[in-house]
Amino acid sequence: MRLSRAAAIVLRQFYLLRGSPSRIFPLFVWVAIDIVLWGFITRYLGTITAPGMDLLPALLGAVLLWDFLTRVMQGVTTTFFEDVWSRNFLNVFATPMSIREYVLGLVLSSIATSSVGLVVMLVVAGAVFGLSMAIYGVMLVPFLLVLFLFGIALGIFGTAVVLRLGPSAEWFIWPIPALLSPFVGVFYPLSTLPPWMQALSRLLPPSYVFEGMRAIVAGGSVAWTNVFVGGGLAVLYILLAGLFFSRIFKLAVRTGLIARYSAESVN
Amino acid sequence: MKPEVSPSTPVLAVRELRKAYGDTVAVDGVSFEVARNEIVGLLGPNGAGKTTTINMVLGVLEPTAGSIHIQGVDLARHRSQALEFTNFAAVYAPLPGNLTVVQNLRYFGMIYGVRDIATRIEQLLKEFDLERFRDTKCGVLSSGEQTRVALAKAMLNRPSLLLLDEPTASLDPATARDIRARIKDFTAKGTGGVLWTSHNMYEVEEVCDRVLFVSRGKVLLQGNPRTLPHEHGKQSLEELFITVAREPLALEHP
Repeated sequence: MRLSRAAAIVLRQFYLLRGSPSRIFPLFVWVAIDIVLWGFITRYLGTITAPGMDLLPALLGAVLLWDFLTRVMQGVTTTFFEDVWSRNFLNVFATPMSIREYVLGLVLSSIATSSVGLVVMLVVAGAVFGLSMAIYGVMLVPFLLVLFLFGIALGIFGTAVVLRLGPSAEWFIWPIPALLSPFVGVFYPLSTLPPWMQALSRLLPPSYVFEGMRAIVAGGSVAWTNVFVGGGLAVLYILLAGLFFSRIFKLAVRTGLIARYSAESVN
Repeated sequence: MKPEVSPSTPVLAVRELRKAYGDTVAVDGVSFEVARNEIVGLLGPNGAGKTTTINMVLGVLEPTAGSIHIQGVDLARHRSQALEFTNFAAVYAPLPGNLTVVQNLRYFGMIYGVRDIATRIEQLLKEFDLERFRDTKCGVLSSGEQTRVALAKAMLNRPSLLLLDEPTASLDPATARDIRARIKDFTAKGTGGVLWTSHNMYEVEEVCDRVLFVSRGKVLLQGNPRTLPHEHGKQSLEELFITVAREPLALEHP
């Protein structure tokens, strides 16, 4: 594996971001708006609920963490979509770059772009609403790591789906986080869910993060076992997503899909 | 580390290449070679299997059967290593229009592992008369300028095998002649070979050392484009092309 090839993907993404406000703004504008919106909702709810309840870390903190996962996923898929939008498949995949190098490039790009979103959210939530993520203590690191890994897995899965189904399938990909959010209990305990949804939630790594987060806010502690289960599941999903992408790519090479993605005149 | 390659090893060796989509056979047992310093024209009517063959050589389409060796390296077994020796330009594969000329060259240069990339880019900008467009986004360039950028990208890694799919299709005659001269220069001065598809028979006659006529997925004829028409009782390469397109059986079973 040559890191320089993965770095080329990151460089391309940097070039695109540098020259395009429409690409830079989404990195931080939407997450900032989300934090402001939920910050005020949290503040309002604080005035109508029983005194002593600290909603800020439970609600605004949850929004921040969920948005982080979403940004990580979109960091991967958007980098891939740049090749779709610019009809660049043939140019990219007819090079010596391997699939591992390409996917690594997507992941590295996502680390860069999602970090920007995370920093902006932390600053806005802290400066405007007084949210300090320090309340989660040392657990913040594994929480972010689990969400990051699962976001990467979702991103790789999403790119494979678009590779298989074609450019218009990107509209299946954008709503994936919204589709999962009811199951992972971003805003409520999993016990609120009916049994079948709880069963599904146990398969989703973010569920362990948000349950743990609420346990900390309530003054309790997080079982490390749950964090490890969440992390283990996230790693498993990355491996499965990588395998899925690899299979889809091989299928695309066998059927000529890669060539047809940009070469409309393929014989 | 690149393997030692004998000078007699063809830059491209295709053996019994076949591609079938279900019952439809796009390429049917094609075999040919491209030697060093040789320009080989792959000719045939639309749907003959030319682009399918090129896509298989580029590693973006898996053959149903057969083998492809680039510089002696088996493409099926060592894809990355084999593709390090190649590059391509095709009329249907423009470079990303949202990157500037220099950004595109740097991006692809990194992917192809080009050493001293800054110097190489400057050489190519000069060679393809692109210096004034260096910071222009490729999407706003004219067809001819975009073709020159695509060719500069194709030369980035000084490929042993250069694949050109109708590289002059969208160019005016003057620019097309200029491009042909550069490609001929590439094979004359270096050690690379070129596989070239075109529907311009004048161009093929001028540029190619050898041509392969493909029809219905098979190589029907091959030889020197300047003598081949007469060998088959035709006045010109164009007349031979039309015969291949309309009556391939007449040539298959003379």
